[in-house]
Amino acid sequence: MSTPKAISTARAEERTQRTRSSGAWAIALVALLVVTSLYMIFLYAPRERVMGDVQRVFYIHLPLAWNGLLAFAVTFVLSILYLKTRRAGFDRWAAASAEVGLLFTTLMLLTGSLWARAAWGTYWTWEPRLTTAFLLWLMYAFYLLLRRYIENKDKMRLMAAVYGIVAFINVPIVFMSIRWWRTLHPVVLKSSGFQMEPEMVQTLLVALVSFTVFYGLLLWERARLAQVEERVERLRERIREV
Amino acid sequence: MAYLFAAFAVVWLAFFAYNAYLVRRLAKLEREADLLRSYLEERGS
Repeated sequence: MSTPKAISTARAEERTQRTRSSGAWAIALVALLVVTSLYMIFLYAPRERVMGDVQRVFYIHLPLAWNGLLAFAVTFVLSILYLKTRRAGFDRWAAASAEVGLLFTTLMLLTGSLWARAAWGTYWTWEPRLTTAFLLWLMYAFYLLLRRYIENKDKMRLMAAVYGIVAFINVPIVFMSIRWWRTLHPVVLKSSGFQMEPEMVQTLLVALVSFTVFYGLLLWERARLAQVEERVERLRERIREV
Repeated sequence: MAYLFAAFAVVWLAFFAYNAYLVRRLAKLEREADLLRSYLEERGS
């Protein structure tokens, strides 16, 4: 007769195999896109005349920013859906997207800071785009803290959903800040199109696709982890009741 | 060039670290879930 531990190990191995095969295609696609992006960033895109090679940071900085905003938009939509349906799945995916979005926003701020040091001579300045982006980071860091410190699950989900909707107000402000106020940031995308060489635009678009697919993969992994965390918590509760 | 290298290094190290954290924690929790379920099945509840 098999022991609980032996059954557990067999199940875990079976599930790991399933996960590996289903995730293998996604990982292969991300790897292919990342390699293509790196090739285009360093070998295909021309050297910018004023800033030189450091301008290549732009090809990861903008996709990081775009995916941060996309992730918070996803949290916003899923928070509304949670309030309408009260289905825990929407809340789980909303939280996963906020966490991944915070990672992208953190990296956007860090890469921006390094680029600023090379281009402007300072790591940080309180101009409108940087200030609103930093506020955005703070707001979603607080969203994750809120979820951690409210013990009652239903109350936590409700408050997180409301907060996830309210915090989204800052997303269009961050996007529009360089158009509404005088800032150091250049406006890359105008109504007439991208203000760059065609090779630079192509490189940027490939990097955008790569990072967006990568965001999707991380979101899927994080949501799956949250699902298993909830399952373990339910099982622990059942054992406490036995 | 140092800033360019630092920016790319920070991004990819952070992504790999986060991804590794997710994969390892998922594997650990799946093992725990199966162990707890087997325990409950043995207890007949």
